[in-house]
Amino acid sequence: MSAATAVPIREKTSATSFDVERIRKDFPILQTKVHGHPLVYLDNAATAQKPQAVIDALVRYYENENANIHRGVHYLSQLATEEFEKARALVRAFVNAARASEIIFTRGTTEALNLVAQTYGRANVSARDEVLITALEHHSNIVPWQLLCAEKGAKLQVVPISDAGEVLVEEYATLLGPKTKIVAIAHVSNALGTINPLEQMIAMAHERGAVVVVDGAQAVPHLKVDVQALGADFYAFSGHKMYGPTGIGALYGKQALLEAMPPWQGGGDMISSVTFEKTTYNKVPHKFEAGTPDMAGVAGLKAAIEYMNGIGIEKIAAHEHDLLEYATEVIGALPGVRLIGTAREKASVLSFVLEEAHPHDIGTILDQQGIAVRTGHHCAQPVMERFQIPATVRASFAVYNTKSEVDALARGIRKVREVFA
Amino acid sequence: MPELRDLYQEVILEHSKAPRNYKALAGANHKAEGYNPLCGDRFTVYLEMDGDRIREIGFQGAGCAISKASASMMTQSVKGKTKEEAEKIFHRFHELVTGHSHGDEAELGKLAVFSGVSEFPVRVKCATLAWHTLEAALEGKQEKVSTE
Repeated sequence: MSAATAVPIREKTSATSFDVERIRKDFPILQTKVHGHPLVYLDNAATAQKPQAVIDALVRYYENENANIHRGVHYLSQLATEEFEKARALVRAFVNAARASEIIFTRGTTEALNLVAQTYGRANVSARDEVLITALEHHSNIVPWQLLCAEKGAKLQVVPISDAGEVLVEEYATLLGPKTKIVAIAHVSNALGTINPLEQMIAMAHERGAVVVVDGAQAVPHLKVDVQALGADFYAFSGHKMYGPTGIGALYGKQALLEAMPPWQGGGDMISSVTFEKTTYNKVPHKFEAGTPDMAGVAGLKAAIEYMNGIGIEKIAAHEHDLLEYATEVIGALPGVRLIGTAREKASVLSFVLEEAHPHDIGTILDQQGIAVRTGHHCAQPVMERFQIPATVRASFAVYNTKSEVDALARGIRKVREVFA
Repeated sequence: MPELRDLYQEVILEHSKAPRNYKALAGANHKAEGYNPLCGDRFTVYLEMDGDRIREIGFQGAGCAISKASASMMTQSVKGKTKEEAEKIFHRFHELVTGHSHGDEAELGKLAVFSGVSEFPVRVKCATLAWHTLEAALEGKQEKVSTE
């Protein structure tokens, strides 16, 4: 059989083995050459690349299934509705929500967090109440709460972090008080990679009667998320950071909370009946999905979850953990490098600064070698302030990255030092 | 393919390591702050104006090699110039770094080393931050300028 001989020997047929070279073949963009070098894509915390299966799902949707959902009696509309709701069921299982109706499709994490702030927040936060966030939040888990607090005359409180980039749990306990109505925390920090002790922090918040909103954007690509085990009241995430399309994400919310919340945006699909005198809102989750949703995006998100499930999130996590450990050792040992964010529990992210060169210069020099990293404040300016640096270089890993790419990054950093020597 | 050495010329690296006129001016009568949120570069430009003429200029702040070297060499090139002359130099400089030069780089003197920036479009903001800040200081604007 000629086909069999074409398969490299290291590709064992065992379905349980993890073969990164095989996985790389699923991502067409990884064949790209940048400035004459093979692309080394280490900007996964900004957005991950897409496997062929996700790209195909978008095309398949438009080629075979496109029709508006929840309203037509015709064949295609029913098909599109069915696929849409199947995707919701898959997202439910992906984060282990109790019911599919607890999953609301949004444009992404940012929209999901704004939805909670503008509905649950506006209905439940009053003057002199407090909203508690941490010092390692992304701007999208800061600004929606600032807007809410400004409107209500409430106070935004911030839990400080340690020099390692870990939330100070004792300070958190002190700041959690009877006035704390909402706690908003990242599951994983986008700038530092810190994994927060969510279970503990959520239990502490619930003891004080606060509701917890989790920004899960950086967690879902790298960890098995179980919203029930965590006890999260709300959990927001984006599709594009977990190999799905841009413009689609989801909000998990506990059924009872969602039912009690006022709607956010008004429009089609979120209503049961409309007259000029009175409108009756649809039941959850549809109450929060006004207008025609991104149906192709939902099909792509479904394909992304199926893709991750096909590999196994535990294997993805183990591979990325290996890479991060290797990178921490190799990059951390380079002269002049200072790692920013050295928490005991981390996922995917290696942030650092170099004595000789500014992150932006490093970014340009690495780019010349085909290496894509993020340089800047990573939409987390308060984190940069905490470490008294203007910016960092951030390498962030995904399922398709390799140790030889970490080596390429190390060579790239040596090149930076040569230029600036 | 753009070459790194075209961007990071020796003169640029040298100025970024040892910037000239890197000081706040006690007698400044014009001052402006510039900020590039993309990379966190932040500079303050101080001017001691004698009528329409820049008698003394200084700057302070933090940023990448390109922005710092540009600020340093800017202070050297506009010191003693009138507002109009300084603005004309900025205009030429802007044309140079955006690749719209008309072959008159000679007028720019040493600043011509920044021609490599035009091959790196995302770095134009770095090269021009101090200049935009200078412009704001010359106009006497109080608000912070941003290259975003």
